[in-house]
Formats: sequence, structure tokens, C-alpha cells
Amino acid sequence: MDLHELNDIAADQRAAQKPCVIRCCMAAGCQSAGSVAVLKALQQAVTEAGKQNTVEVRSVGCLRLCCQGPLVQTDPDQRMFQKVRPEQAPSLVSTLDGRTTDAEPCDPNAPFFALQANVVLVNSGRIDPEQIEHYIAADGYAALARALTEMTPQDVVEAVTRSGLRGRGGAGYPTGVKWSLVARSKGDRKYVVCNADEGDPGAFMNRSVLESDPHSVLEGMAIAGYAVGASQGYIYIRGEYPLATQRLQTAIRQAGRLRLLGTHILNTAFDFRIDIRIGAGAFVCGEETALMASIMGERGTPRPRPPYPAESGLWGCPTLINNVETFANIPQIIRRGPEWFASIGTPKSTGTKVFALTGKVRNTGLVEVPLGTPLRVLVEDIGGGSPSGKIKAVQTGGPSGGCVPAHLLDTPVDYESLAAVGSIMGSGGLIVMDEANNMVDVARFFMGFCMDESCGKCIPCRAGTVQLHRLLTRILDRKATRRDLAVLEQLCGMVKETSLCGLGQTAPNPVLSTLRHFRHEYEALLRDE
Amino acid sequence: MAVRTLTINEKLVSAPEGATILQAARENGIDIPTLCQLDGLSTVGACRLCLVEVGPSGRLQAACVTQVAEEMVVRTETPKLREYRKMIIELLLTERNHVCAVCVANHHCELQDLAVKLGVDHVRFEYLHPHLAVDVSHELFGIDHNRCVLCTRCVRICDEIEGVHTWDVSGRGTNARIISDLNQPWGESPTCTSCGKCVQACPTGAIFRQGSTVAEMEKDRQRLRFLLTAREKREWLV
Repeated sequence: MDLHELNDIAADQRAAQKPCVIRCCMAAGCQSAGSVAVLKALQQAVTEAGKQNTVEVRSVGCLRLCCQGPLVQTDPDQRMFQKVRPEQAPSLVSTLDGRTTDAEPCDPNAPFFALQANVVLVNSGRIDPEQIEHYIAADGYAALARALTEMTPQDVVEAVTRSGLRGRGGAGYPTGVKWSLVARSKGDRKYVVCNADEGDPGAFMNRSVLESDPHSVLEGMAIAGYAVGASQGYIYIRGEYPLATQRLQTAIRQAGRLRLLGTHILNTAFDFRIDIRIGAGAFVCGEETALMASIMGERGTPRPRPPYPAESGLWGCPTLINNVETFANIPQIIRRGPEWFASIGTPKSTGTKVFALTGKVRNTGLVEVPLGTPLRVLVEDIGGGSPSGKIKAVQTGGPSGGCVPAHLLDTPVDYESLAAVGSIMGSGGLIVMDEANNMVDVARFFMGFCMDESCGKCIPCRAGTVQLHRLLTRILDRKATRRDLAVLEQLCGMVKETSLCGLGQTAPNPVLSTLRHFRHEYEALLRDE
Repeated sequence: MAVRTLTINEKLVSAPEGATILQAARENGIDIPTLCQLDGLSTVGACRLCLVEVGPSGRLQAACVTQVAEEMVVRTETPKLREYRKMIIELLLTERNHVCAVCVANHHCELQDLAVKLGVDHVRFEYLHPHLAVDVSHELFGIDHNRCVLCTRCVRICDEIEGVHTWDVSGRGTNARIISDLNQPWGESPTCTSCGKCVQACPTGAIFRQGSTVAEMEKDRQRLRFLLTAREKREWLV
């Protein structure tokens, strides 16, 4: 495979494109709503109408409005249909001839779609994630080709640094700085690891990206491998994502067959192999040192840092670990330039962020917006507000994050602003709550999650989360006194400051942030001493 | 060997490059409480008792795994550290059943010593009183999970010194347990060499030598009869 052959594949694919495309969402959300049967019915309806030569029924990734699945979209007339049933397939196909259908329309110009950005999710819902030719026709692997043939590894690191991209796993560490640390580390062997152990309750951003556009992650990883001098990559994916794993396996096999992974990639001296490692259901394995232990076949528990992975990671070698979404941004930064990327978002938080919008909100689904977008736009305009009428708070960052109260909804979504109001950006979970949600109960839910997911290595996290959960339960049972509330606050501070890894250090955050903004709810539940 | 000069508790000390804060402190007679650390074994930084305040920001770092650096400023005894260490001991005391009065390790227990030293005179958390197993299937030793603090000193000494790795940890969070081999009774372990290193490494009464526990006290009542006979009949039976 060389650049010309890559261009040929893209040209052939575009030439073979039929004039009409019916896209049926086959991501996990729509599949669970029955889209497999819808896809089959659509294919059959096209055949029965004798339109096989002009209409392509395409299995695509996430079409974003998950709450209304199964979703179907037609081209070139740009119509969308929601909650499609298999028996509606014939009439849906007939709309291509201008006929009417009883399938429920979905307005693609509604704020939910119109206010979204298209960077990470540019191919999501457009291409068939199981066809590498589709990805190549959408300029896929052009960034890798450009990096390998026109840029030095230092150029690539420089471009990523200039783009201002920050880690999308949650902490927001500058990606370019991380890459240059690994690139400068001495070592014959280096590794690139993609963290796909997405585990926050209610979060499905990474799953959607992997199910919808797996090649963008592979391409991002290969570019990273070239930039830092690694020839082996691992994708650590959680075991609960069988569909994403299967699509990744397919993608890796296809890329290997076209020599876009493996040895002598694109006829250069660059070798890069990617293997999948599947998690066994431990949330803590999303923590980078625990993740590496798990990849190496050890018990998935964190270890103290330093040494950081950039210096000593997998098998003691320099290791670059980035999140799925971080890697998915890379091809476009290389192809469209760091300046283009930096022009999106805010000066300190560039680019876009994908969110999984859930909870008490009308439109739940996958949402991508430029960083700096106010939370209000996300939940009220894109999300359509709460069905009950009044939003009480928005939870960001999952069990490590916090609740932003309704009066702070104008907070822009960027790393610093969210931290200033006591929450975090996190990996992209966004849970909307209304007046029916008791905030102490919300805090206890997340504490219960951390308690169950604590690995048990360090005492503050292992035993502290249990006691925090007990104290919250006491408060909810109206058995707690002011003294218990004081102990709760002391213990939160202690667990936060003394725990070994990020799980324990951030476990008190949901309590601390609800105490900060909703203290009266705690106090209302106390009994007299 | 390069030497690093640092300040611990306002005192200038020097330590070889690569030494940990804990080593530097001990060399200079400064005591930092530890539990999971044991000389000769790898360090895991798990018990968090050796946390010290480092630098102007006072960031907490585990002294057992943090290497000394030039001009580093370390504080090992501050009101906050004392409070956090007490809380760690309280958390351990409530997590499992640490009943000193009936424990084989009473007065020979590092957890008890720490509680006394750190001034744990009351416990502010709720006792969990879990129901935990005692495995006395091994002919010489026993393991009582009620006393275990999950320091993993047994796991490490078995793996790193004896080279056997009979012990490991199963489960997670507060449900984590020390297990032998594939979670089978210790007495059925095909790898255990009965070397007894874990008994010595265990800081509490969790791993013990059989015959030493409270309930194992056996009395020979027959002896009383011999004494009586000897006294009344002036007759020695033996």
C-alpha cells in the first residue's frame, strides 16, 4: 500500500457510491431498540422495490438522538426518522420517490442537531464502521500518510502541541506535552495505549466513537506511535463493550490487510501493531497504572506515581496513554492543521468535546459541542430541557465529578470553568437532574459506586468510602446529627488527600460539591442531638 | 554516590541519591509511622500512614516510595498528618474485628502499637463487624481474616523472599481477601513450603502459629487429681 493506492481506494469507493443512501443506526443504543430488524427490513424493501442499483442501505454508527432510536436517515434528501419499526421499511423506502410514510419524522435541523459540532463525530452516522473503504473515502488514513511522508516525528508532536488539544479522559493534561515527554524518554521499546475502559455511570462517549468510527482511533494511535517512536499499541477496552470490541477487531484486521497497520506502513520504515486487551469489569482499571498492570496480566491495582508511564510504563518502557476521544481528534489535527483545531473552542480549551447527555432531559444521546459552550445550551437547547420543567442541577464527570446547580448553568464547558464551580470536565458524562432528585441521594449513589469499585489496596479509599456511604445513609435515614455531618466532611477531606490513586482522591467530590451547593438538603435531614 | 540535602522537620539532613524520605528520616532518628512497609520487601505505598507534607504546598506524599530530592522540605508531624493517621487507624479498627483482648497478638501487634502511639482513644466511625472466616487447615499455621489489614506483607514476603507466591489478594474494595493459591484452604496449598515467613511478616494476629491462640488453651484437669492424691495420701503416682 502506498499513497497512490490509498487514493485509488478512495476514488473507487466514491465512484461506486449509489445516488441514494439509507443510513440505519447500528450502534449499541439503536440495536437494543431493535435496529437490526429495521436494517434487514430496509434491505428487503429496497430489493423488493427493485432499487438495489440506486439505493444503498448502510449500517452506520451513532446518529446521536439515542432516546428516539432506532434512527434512520436518508440521502440525498437529508430526512430523518425516529422510532422506526421494521414494517415501516417499505413506505420509508418509497419516500425516495416522493411518497409519504407513516414513519415518525425527526427534524435534522432541530437545535439538538443544529447546535452540535462535527469533529470527533464527523464520520459517526455517515460511514459504515465495518468498511475500511468508507473511512478511506472520507479522507481516512490521509493524516497518517501525511505524517509518515511529509513530517518528522518532532513535527507531529509540534503540531499536536500547537493544536492545544488536552486529554479527553478527564484531567485535561496537554496532549502535546505528554507526547513530547514520551518522545524524549530513552528506550528501545515504547508503547502507545488507548484507554477505552470507559466506566462512569451514564457515560457512553468512547463506546459510541469506537462503534461508529473505529479507524479514526487506530489512525490516531498509529500517528502517535510514529511521533513518540513506538511500534506496539494496545487498546484496553472494557469487557462490557462487545460490539465496540468486535468492530475494533474488524477494523484492525482490515487495516492490517491494507498495510495501514503492521510492518512497512505505507511503504515506509514505520512499523506499528495494535492489539486489543479486554478488561474484566473493574472501574479502577481506567486509572493508568492499574490499566497497565492489567495489560501486563497482573491484578489491576494502581501504584504510586512517579514514575509516570511516560518514563516507566508497560514492562518498564516509556508508555503513552491517551483516551479514545483524544486519539480520535489526532487525524483531523494533522490533516486540517493545528491552527484550524485551535480556532475551535476557547484559547485554553481548544476543540470540541463529546458528551453523553442523560438523565431528566428531553433529548438524551450523544452530543458534540465546541468547548466553551455554556452548560445551558447543552441541557436546555440541545437537550430540550427537563420534561418536568425545572432543572435542579447537572452532574458532570461521573463519580469523580460534581453537581453544577441550575443558577450556574451559564458556566462555559471548559476545564477551568467547571473546576471553578467545584466540578470537573471528566470524560463526558452529563447527567441532568430535576427537583425530584435528592442531592444527598445522588451523592450516596456515586459513593456506593466508588465503594464497590475501590480496588482495596489503600486504606482511605477501601475503608473510607464504606464509612462515607454509611454516613450518607444515616443522613438519608434521618438518623444523623450535626456531629455526623462534621465527621462526613472530615472524612471527605481525608480520603481526598490521602488516597493512593485518582479513584479515591476524587471519590469524595460528589459529596463535597453537593455540600457546597445544596448544604440545606443535608441539614434538612439531620435530627437534633 | 551523590548526596542529597533536604530538610525534615526544620532539620537539615543528607541522604544518598535514590533513598526514600522514610530511609532518610530513619537514618536521622526521625520516626514516621508505617504499616505496609517492611524492610527487605518491595514498597507499595498502600497504608498511607507514612504520608508526609512535602514542599511549600504541603502536598501529601508517601515517605516509603518518594525519593529524596535536593532542597526538599519535608514535614512529618503536623496537626493534619496526626489527624489523618488517627483516622486511618480508626478506619482499620472498624473495618474488621480487632478485639485485642482475645487476640493472639495482643501486646505484640503493630496495629495496636500504632493506635497507642498515635493516641487513638476513641473511634468516630461505625464498627462494621463483618463475618469472616478463620482458616486453620494448615498443620502449623492459621489465618484469621478478622485481624487482617490487607497490608500484603505476607503476599510480598512469600513472593519476593521465599519465592513461592502462595499468597495473593482476591476480590476488591472492602471485600478483598488474602487467599492461598487459587483460593483453596491453606492446608491444601500445593505451593506452601510451611516456611513461616508470613507468620513473622504479619503485623497483626491475622497469620499465626497454631497452638498460640486464646481458644486453643488446653487444660490437663487430670493433674489436679494427682496433686490431691499426693497431698492427701502422700503418694506420688508418677
